[in-house]
Amino acid sequence: MSATGWAWVVLLAPLAGTLVIALGWRALPGRAPGWIGTGAITVSFAAAVATLLDLQSRGEEERQLVSSAWDYAKTAGVDAELSILVDPLSVLMILVVTGVSALIHLYSVAYLASDRGYARFFAYLNFFVFSMLLLVLAGNFLVLIVGWAFVGAASYLLISFWYRRTTATEAGIKAFVINVVGDVGLVLGTYFIFQGTGTLDFLGSFEAVQDSFGRNDGELVAGCCLLLVGAFAKSAQIPLHTWLPDAMEGPTPVSALIHAATMVTAGVYLIARMHPLFEQAPAAADVGAIIGCLTLVVAATIALVQTDLKRVIAYSTMSQIGYMVMGVSAGAYAAGLFHLMTHAFFKALLFMAAGSVIGAMAGTQDLDRMGGFRRSMPFTFGCFVVGGLALAGVPPFSGFFSKDELLLLVGDRGGWHWILYGFGYLAALLTAVYTFRMIFRAFLGEPVAEARALERGELHHAEHHTNPATGEQEDTDVGFPGPEHHIAERAPQMRAAMAVLAVLATVAGLLQIPFGVTHLVDGFLEPTFAESELYERNPSDGQIGLGLVLGALVGLGGIFLAHLIWVRKPGTSAALRARLAPAHQLLARKWYFDEAIDILVVRPFALAGRFCQQVFERVVVNGFFVGGTTGAVRAGSAAVRAAQSGYLRLYAALLLLGGGALTLYFLIASS
Amino acid sequence: MSISWYLVVSAFVFCIGAAGVLVRRNPLVVLLCLELMLNAGNLALVAFARMHGNADGHVFALVVIVVAACEVTVGLGLIVALYRRRLPIDVDRMRELQG
Repeated sequence: MSATGWAWVVLLAPLAGTLVIALGWRALPGRAPGWIGTGAITVSFAAAVATLLDLQSRGEEERQLVSSAWDYAKTAGVDAELSILVDPLSVLMILVVTGVSALIHLYSVAYLASDRGYARFFAYLNFFVFSMLLLVLAGNFLVLIVGWAFVGAASYLLISFWYRRTTATEAGIKAFVINVVGDVGLVLGTYFIFQGTGTLDFLGSFEAVQDSFGRNDGELVAGCCLLLVGAFAKSAQIPLHTWLPDAMEGPTPVSALIHAATMVTAGVYLIARMHPLFEQAPAAADVGAIIGCLTLVVAATIALVQTDLKRVIAYSTMSQIGYMVMGVSAGAYAAGLFHLMTHAFFKALLFMAAGSVIGAMAGTQDLDRMGGFRRSMPFTFGCFVVGGLALAGVPPFSGFFSKDELLLLVGDRGGWHWILYGFGYLAALLTAVYTFRMIFRAFLGEPVAEARALERGELHHAEHHTNPATGEQEDTDVGFPGPEHHIAERAPQMRAAMAVLAVLATVAGLLQIPFGVTHLVDGFLEPTFAESELYERNPSDGQIGLGLVLGALVGLGGIFLAHLIWVRKPGTSAALRARLAPAHQLLARKWYFDEAIDILVVRPFALAGRFCQQVFERVVVNGFFVGGTTGAVRAGSAAVRAAQSGYLRLYAALLLLGGGALTLYFLIASS
Repeated sequence: MSISWYLVVSAFVFCIGAAGVLVRRNPLVVLLCLELMLNAGNLALVAFARMHGNADGHVFALVVIVVAACEVTVGLGLIVALYRRRLPIDVDRMRELQG
């Protein structure tokens, strides 16, 4: 089978899994839905590997394959067809998506074992993977938009998975609404580009863009900025980022899969995929780079003070996606995608380890109440540290190579890009600090009651199940988390998934070692970016060396700082908080983004809505349109009704008069 | 004899019938006056048929007679039903179907 054939298998296996689980869940016993879901994604991953092998066996010029299942409409200049594009970029994405998804499915088999919505969870999860694959394999803008919207819907379903928790449903609605803003941006951006190039096909429009638009043409810049709105909403970039921390209401595997490894990287993929457009509209690309830089700094500062374990990792994700968006917008495509890949590994690992800790805490996510899990959960501790080292960018873990290469290539553009470079390293310091703040607070120090119970060999179970965010009482029926919690130390499936990811998070960096040792990612992606003028760049050895040293020093320095603050002198953080109360307040309230959006967007809209409901609806719609029409009809019918008196003789007289009048008329007319 | 005579008689009978329909309130008399109107029409039809020398008018007149018979049947049936239910036999007081 050819590469495109395998790619169709990649796409269809998760869809088949969804349908089987969703339609047959009554007949499937016990954990079968979980294994079917995992199996479907594993098949998909195997097919993705086959696609890769087939693609690599072709010549460099022939590595962009388009396969069309059918034409939906091909008239009047619209070429709507269900086509997929298989090239190194999409193959890299399907490998990462299916690979990480398969491991997270495996993890979920154990993690959600006691949840009453077990089958539903796997149906949703498979549907999400299908949507994501549709998004990355899309060969034209229409399929991309469909995949984009499906991903948003799947994200909503999974965030609100525990649908009887009001906080979860609210978070789901928030995520969906913000994602729809992005969808609208994507659709309008597509319109601008379609208007110029006259085709919806990716390769066709990339070829036509040079002739259709001048450099920095206003319409192209507008189109690209609208595409960026879509990318920002999906990838949680400022100012459309507020949904991501709230999305942590979903089950932990969902956070690992959607809100760390796959969905939030869709924006990065979009910018990389559209690179011929962005290179023709550098103004829009600069917007992307600056917003990415802003996000990575802001998110890193917020992560410093959050006390919810998953939210810290969520802000860390935002920050890391900011690096990627900055990278691909500034032309560091391969580096950005390399970071995307390593980030998928270590962030999924961190979320899985966090899920294990949350399991040991019986659902509590508050860092203030954790401590001393090092001895009772050695495996989780090890995984968390590996993920943390990779995230902090300590050599030789994967994040070290990818982040430094990304920053180097951004700075190498020269001029004001060096400012972005500086902020990148500043945020890298913060990254190391907040990552190890989490680790030190959760795993070191005095063991809490739950940790001591675990050391005695019993897993702590809450007497009453409560919502960790609000403390409301819950039962364990469908729509709420199940009665039992699971930790990696007790569940082989979870341990297997985490072990694989830990290995990948450690060694994935070796794919691309600077000074020309290895450049597998670079070389692999070359055919996609063959036309790009920004792809081939050779920074000097001095710059590379400086970057590596700086990266290692910043990572280790951050860890040292965190150790100083939270381990060696435990009072320091409280003292700092007291000294810098306003700054702490600013960060704890997340730079007041939620409040700002509330004042600038939500309240005006609510006000306009209330005005419409109470004034426009009542006076204009009800009073004028509805009332006016009924009044006119009623007055007219009252006049007509008067003629219907019920007097038979009157009718006869009118009939005769009418007949007589007609006769007279014809007599006069004929003479 | 000129056709005008026939037509004058026909118009005269028709007007008598129409006036009867308009002024009388007893449904039986109204029906009788309707018959007068129909037969005035028949007279005109037959006269025209004689004038043209063919049978078309006769055929129409026969059809009208049949229709008139049906109409009388229905009308008399209604009147009998009214009588049986002891309702007033007066067209002006039967005005429930008003707007």
